[in-house]
Amino acid sequence: MAYVPSADAHAHGEPQSFVTKYIWSQDHKVIAIQYSLTAIAVGIVALVLSGLMRIQLGMPETDLVDASAYYQFMTLHGMIMVVYLLTALFLGGFGNYLIPLMVGARDMVFPYVNMLSYWFYLLSVLVLMASFFVPGGPTGAGWTLYPPQAITGGTPGAGWGILTMLVSLAIFIVAATMGGLNYVTTVLQARTRGMTLMRMPLTVWGIFIASIMALLAFPALFVAAVMMILDATLGTSFFMPAIIAMGREMPHEGGSPLLFQHLFWFFGHPEVYIVALPAFGLVSDLISTHARKNIFGYHMMVWAIVAIGVLSFFVWAHHMYVSGMNLSFGFFFAISTLVIAVPTAIKVYNWILTLWQADIHLTVPMLFAMGFIVTFVVGGLTGLFLGNVVVDIPLADTYFVVAHFHMVMGVAPILVVFGALYHWFPKVTGRMMNDTLGQLHFWITFLGTYIIFFPMHYLGIMGMPRRYYAYEDYEFIPQSAHDLNTFITYAALVVGAAQVLFLFNLFWSALHGRPSGGNPWRATSLEWQTPDTPPKHGNWGEKLPEVHRWAYDYNVPGVEQDFIPQTEPQPESGHSAGEERT
Amino acid sequence: MVLAVILILIVVGSLVFHFLNPWTLTELASQWGSMDTMLHVSFLITGVVFVAVTLFMAVAIIRYRHRGGQRARFQPDNRRLEWWLIGATTVGIVALLAPGLVVYSDFTRVPPNAMEIEVFGEQWRYSYRYPGADGVLGYADIRHIGAGNPLGLDPDDDAALDDVVIHGGDLRLPVDRPVRMVMRSKDVLHGFFVPQFRAKMDMVPGMVTHFWFTPTRTGRFEVLCTQHCGTGHYNMRGHVEVMEQREFDAWLREQETFGRSLAATANGERPDDPVELGRRLADGEGCMACHSVDGSRRVGPTWLNLYGSEVTLTDGSTVSADESYLRRSIEDPRAQVTAGYSPVMPAYSFDEDEMDALLAYIRSLSEDAGEE
Repeated sequence: MAYVPSADAHAHGEPQSFVTKYIWSQDHKVIAIQYSLTAIAVGIVALVLSGLMRIQLGMPETDLVDASAYYQFMTLHGMIMVVYLLTALFLGGFGNYLIPLMVGARDMVFPYVNMLSYWFYLLSVLVLMASFFVPGGPTGAGWTLYPPQAITGGTPGAGWGILTMLVSLAIFIVAATMGGLNYVTTVLQARTRGMTLMRMPLTVWGIFIASIMALLAFPALFVAAVMMILDATLGTSFFMPAIIAMGREMPHEGGSPLLFQHLFWFFGHPEVYIVALPAFGLVSDLISTHARKNIFGYHMMVWAIVAIGVLSFFVWAHHMYVSGMNLSFGFFFAISTLVIAVPTAIKVYNWILTLWQADIHLTVPMLFAMGFIVTFVVGGLTGLFLGNVVVDIPLADTYFVVAHFHMVMGVAPILVVFGALYHWFPKVTGRMMNDTLGQLHFWITFLGTYIIFFPMHYLGIMGMPRRYYAYEDYEFIPQSAHDLNTFITYAALVVGAAQVLFLFNLFWSALHGRPSGGNPWRATSLEWQTPDTPPKHGNWGEKLPEVHRWAYDYNVPGVEQDFIPQTEPQPESGHSAGEERT
Repeated sequence: MVLAVILILIVVGSLVFHFLNPWTLTELASQWGSMDTMLHVSFLITGVVFVAVTLFMAVAIIRYRHRGGQRARFQPDNRRLEWWLIGATTVGIVALLAPGLVVYSDFTRVPPNAMEIEVFGEQWRYSYRYPGADGVLGYADIRHIGAGNPLGLDPDDDAALDDVVIHGGDLRLPVDRPVRMVMRSKDVLHGFFVPQFRAKMDMVPGMVTHFWFTPTRTGRFEVLCTQHCGTGHYNMRGHVEVMEQREFDAWLREQETFGRSLAATANGERPDDPVELGRRLADGEGCMACHSVDGSRRVGPTWLNLYGSEVTLTDGSTVSADESYLRRSIEDPRAQVTAGYSPVMPAYSFDEDEMDALLAYIRSLSEDAGEE
């Protein structure tokens, strides 16, 4: 039991002025909102960039973007979506808001560091945005930033662009580290009385393990960024062999481009799960709450999260099957990669088994959760193609890969983000989001993204390479494929535009939405049992809550109400709820 | 309910699309049919899971959607069921992995009778090298690159002298003979991919990579780059021609060896003809990677009929491509960028003779060159 009595007495006085309350705030809830709004704002930039790329791919005759701009947009789109949107939103946004509320703490254990985490994050975003305005523009090296190309003249933004990108990443990692230390420590040290680890909601488990992974994985990217900055500015040769680029002999010798790839993916693959595990956690709680049924196989779900977290550090080189690394590695990484499919499959099974014999309320959050499962299953299954080394060899660097990772770590987590925002919005604002707009947003986004990405797999099977600005005059690409590209562009523009529905709903509902009350979904977990909604500074009023059961007591036999909050004491005698028997 | 119907439609639609869509594997032209087989096995196994999971969801939604009055069944877990599912998943994974690794071990083992051919990548084109009569590719290094030696072969290595370098031409391969592609890069990462051959590999500067395949039918196929290599990545392409062994041998015999072309360059030193000197400079300095001389559009504007033409710049103004414009474009390429092209060209500095030769070469590519 990690109950800390001093936390109860810990009275950081409630800030009064606007500046201390909303700007230099140390309240995890305000920091969470700051993180989320910043992430959404920068995500809109990335969304617009993808629209511009799609216009070039679908209607090349428009000549809207040139080749340099295309590669710059492609790079920034990828990097923003993966790091500055998804990672920041899941950990800095949802992690910040939900961890203290879900474990029954008054705040993060290091509120000041938590505040710094946000401001470093904002700084990293500003540096990244500044790269649009530096000489030569942002880097066009692709989000993987592979050297030598990232710092040689044939790539747009090879001077200022790549440096601002690397500096921004380094600052982001500082922010993520400060945040991660907080999330991990808070989960381990600030849980309220009765909140054992195995009573925590899966949301907390997902974010907790993802935070530990971030602390272990980001340093690899940090050193890679520092080394590349040195290669680019001081002429060191960490990643740079002797080369002649654009007719110029470069002042390097003996460096290894493959070393960078190993460092990048040692970070990059865990990064996929740093995004996925919080999504797994959040969606588990959405499904259980809206299906009015306990999550199926809670223990298995927890261990699956832990297993995926551990295994994800042993699969990185499956991104490098055709990189020129020693071919023997392929055997090891194919096996480790396909092994990780087992715990992942368990999660999918348990989600859908939770639906069986449930009482499914198809609310907007639940719709997004269902959309997530379908999208994630497609993306996860195509991962079995790419993980299995010999199937990957023809498919590597084609549109099959583009389709796969957009499904599995683009669309699927974003559907969870949307579902979770619709779900927890009432707690944050005390108001409901508009249901009709939410439904419309769901259908356009879910079906639209499926129509965009499903056919792309087949372009990849045909051999269409990714990261191409144009596909003029390739004999093996038939006209019908160009037509498909145009169709995909129309679908992408519709889906992109539909996000306005969401943004409007978000801001309109915050001011004018129907008042929600404290627990509109009749959910069991602690954040819905706060004395005030939105929760006030310190979260719990006079006394910290006490936890008596797990977070999944829905439709417990013999109990009239179809949910029992975690704060509800166990009956003195008689049968006990499910958590006791596990 | 709507959701359940849509889920069923997604399953049906995806299956129909899978079987009927026109975008599928190109016709195989190598022995890697086993890779295609593994692709189909993967589709079969994952397809079953996709259909089962999605339909299960649809049925659950139809049967257990909220209709008022019903209660969910309280069921924390079912160990038996979970272990069955883990077992079935493991079987599926093994069914994918085991045959996959068998095929992969073929990929890692090059047949002993394979012919070695080098592919050399640079921004943004391919060159090739054949081992010559001794069957051995001579030593090569970036440091040896210079006039008449675009791939950096070691002039002191006898094994290199009989090698045949194909700089700016198609790759030619004999049919039904295993080839081991030995791969190097001059500048950044590149990829070598012929969709019909299936297998691909990256080229990495500073090291030598390789992969192998056996072409199984004659024909001409496209080569494309599959590793982002800068602004011209999308336009880095080539062709490979698979021919009968007899034809191939005859073709190879006609090619000049490295030793002979080196001697020719050494004897001629600088050709007196400035156009010829300019042509060699353009080739050696990498100009031809971006500028075509046949009018085709590459990363930079073509040189065909460039001299004397009206050039529209990115700011909308026009200039006449006279000698001073061309000179400035070489020495300060970002000052006046042609509309529709990216400012990616690095600045070059040549001595007076070389600059004159280069300009003479560009001038010679214009129809009205004779009037000068």
